[in-house]
Amino acid sequence: MELDPLILSRIQFAFVVCFHAIFPVFTIGLASTIAGFEILAFKTGNPLWQRLSKFWIQVFAVVFGIGVVSGIVMSFQFGTNWSNFSYATANFLGPVLSYEVVTAFFLEAAFLGVLLFGRDKVPQGVHLFAAIMVATGTFISSFWILAANSLMQTPDGLELINGMYYVVSWTDSLFNPSFGYRFAHMALASFLTAAFVVAGVSAWFIIQKRELAANKKALSVALWFLLVLAPLQAAVGDFHGLNTLKHQPMKVAAMEGNWETSTGVPLLLFAIPDQKAQTNHLEVKIPKLASYVLTHDWDGELPGLNEVPIEEQPPVFVVFWSFRVMVGLGLLMIAFALWGLVLRPKGRIYQSKAFLNGLRIMSISPFFAVLAGWVVTESGRAPWLIYGQMTHAQGLTPSLTGGMALFTLIGYIVVYSLVFSAGIYYLLKVFRGGLEKASAPHEMDEIERPMRPFSAAHVAIDEDL
Amino acid sequence: MEHTFDLTIIWAGIIGFGLMMYVLMDGFDLGQGILFPFAPNEKARDTMMNSVAPVWDGNETWLVLGGAGLLAAFPLVYSVFLPALYIGVFLMLAGLIFRGVAFEFRFKAKTSKYLWSWSFSVGSIVAAFAQGAVVGAYIQGFETEGFVYSGGALDWLTPFTVITGLGLVAGYALLGSTWLIMKTEGEVQDFAYNITPKLLAALMAVFAIVSIYTPFIDPSVQDRWFGGISIIWALPVLALYCAFIVFNSVRKRQEGMPFVATMGIFLFSYLGLLASKWPYIVPPKFTIWDAASAYNSQLFLLLGFLFVIPIVLAYTSWTYWVFRGKVKEAGYH
Repeated sequence: MELDPLILSRIQFAFVVCFHAIFPVFTIGLASTIAGFEILAFKTGNPLWQRLSKFWIQVFAVVFGIGVVSGIVMSFQFGTNWSNFSYATANFLGPVLSYEVVTAFFLEAAFLGVLLFGRDKVPQGVHLFAAIMVATGTFISSFWILAANSLMQTPDGLELINGMYYVVSWTDSLFNPSFGYRFAHMALASFLTAAFVVAGVSAWFIIQKRELAANKKALSVALWFLLVLAPLQAAVGDFHGLNTLKHQPMKVAAMEGNWETSTGVPLLLFAIPDQKAQTNHLEVKIPKLASYVLTHDWDGELPGLNEVPIEEQPPVFVVFWSFRVMVGLGLLMIAFALWGLVLRPKGRIYQSKAFLNGLRIMSISPFFAVLAGWVVTESGRAPWLIYGQMTHAQGLTPSLTGGMALFTLIGYIVVYSLVFSAGIYYLLKVFRGGLEKASAPHEMDEIERPMRPFSAAHVAIDEDL
Repeated sequence: MEHTFDLTIIWAGIIGFGLMMYVLMDGFDLGQGILFPFAPNEKARDTMMNSVAPVWDGNETWLVLGGAGLLAAFPLVYSVFLPALYIGVFLMLAGLIFRGVAFEFRFKAKTSKYLWSWSFSVGSIVAAFAQGAVVGAYIQGFETEGFVYSGGALDWLTPFTVITGLGLVAGYALLGSTWLIMKTEGEVQDFAYNITPKLLAALMAVFAIVSIYTPFIDPSVQDRWFGGISIIWALPVLALYCAFIVFNSVRKRQEGMPFVATMGIFLFSYLGLLASKWPYIVPPKFTIWDAASAYNSQLFLLLGFLFVIPIVLAYTSWTYWVFRGKVKEAGYH
């Protein structure tokens, strides 16, 4: 079999970006969580908030450290595997990605050190300010990245001259039609991720009866946030979907498994899309609901995949099912938020074993939901790299051979497996250390020791706790 | 379009400066990894790693800043170099990742420490070699059709680039050993004093090969050097003079001078290379102006860089200032 550099490059990019994405999505939400704990500590003077903040700062430091490493690879992949795309879009993508780097460095240089190591060295107000600035910085970083991605979905403000895009309007290209929705959707996803992880880990500590006072506070706050965030995310997602219908109708057609343009389109709960036959098998459906959701009219017309030739259709099975995984997890999140509300009177949220154990498991759900969501939006754009303008095949590096792509694909899998299993393993150690270890005097403290993000964590990697 | 200022020149200056900063600064900490296998004992390795731990990641900042700036200011470089150096770029990244992670975990490891030492050392050597090979590949030039790289996967790997790769490994090790002379005392410093002349000799051998070979690859380089601009001959002469200072100051057991003079070797060799190739940034066909991005894109990013580079420089200086003086014998558990 001939190795196809296009397929391999897409797999490689998907692998690296999926691996990478889970870290920033967590740190963005966690930075705000920490800032929140610091604000509460500052306002109430209650030392429990500070204990919580100390612990979660350690977690933040480790996750941030891992995310930076995988991010470096990302910045080179555009050039190695997608050089035609990079060259064509450099006038926009170059400055935008550079600004992301610049933001990150500015943040690290100015505030991260103060947040991680400055607690006893600067006034409390300064430390709080650093926490807020780090949280703000993570959003500025994601602003640039999401502007870049949104431009690939809904290009605007650019002019194509001799195979190279020129920026006609920075405002139009940065704030392109899908940007606002994507940004809101991702920001909420980050908050949800942090809230579920904090809830899950606190629940786990509560089951173990560790640091009950502080962890109960954390769980309670997280659940209040979930109660607001989870339904809000569903609403924002809905608006995002309407925006997609307007600008990328084929993506929505794939999400709905809708092969033919028609009115009164049903919402499919289950189906096995068959791209070859251009139909679905084993449909389980609610009549007319998709039309109603997307057009607010039971008999509204929705575009079907038959409007474009097969080669211009996205991979329907992947998009269809990723979308259902994302929405299903989202509904599950709402259910847990409501369950928390029901249990809250008389403090049963701290006692119900089923609820606490459920939260433990749910703490990983946002990561899967986020990845599924990205698969929907990225695969749903296929075969386009820049929607309607440049295909994956056109953006690929011309000199790339299947062998080269396979070599690096295997290479990245090996490197990431080794390095990130060490990272995750260490993160679990930090979790196991808990609030107790985070607030204890550090036995691992050293004189003249480096001030790296990981240095904020004081747990040995290979020692049993 | 005509504009009052030629931003391309300014960007060439920024990228050139960033690259030099990277080579000098990451050079001495990559050097620690290269010297690791030769260190007298485990305690010495701890001290060596401690001598760069507070600054190494700031040093790598310049690589990322340079890479991103390159896509923004000179997209052709980005879209030709990376495909041409595909395998090499992967090796470099893998190397940098392994050594970066080793920095994090070696300090937190007890029983698994030796694994992280290996990871640190092999990662550093591979990254340094790959970077040296990139320099060689730049001297060789790239096969292009239109604005696209059209050569093979391993065109960058030739006897010449292997020599430049090994040369940079020796060069970084030299930066590393002279850094240790300055930053440590006792056993580690003695080790560094002993190994420095050998590394210097290796580097000079590569220096000679590259200097002789380069004009043969590229006739325009020959014209440059033998075409009447005699002032540029000062650069290799100064590089050699710096090499002499390194040798002499090590013999006199001076502490700061060997490192300063080694930086001088790098600086003047680098400027010499630029003098050979200027204004070609994707040799043999494309100049910096061919490779440049649109004026308004260069301007848009320049505003951000002018703001952030002073901050990064200030932060860097502050870190080095806090970390001044000798590194104590390793003191962690």
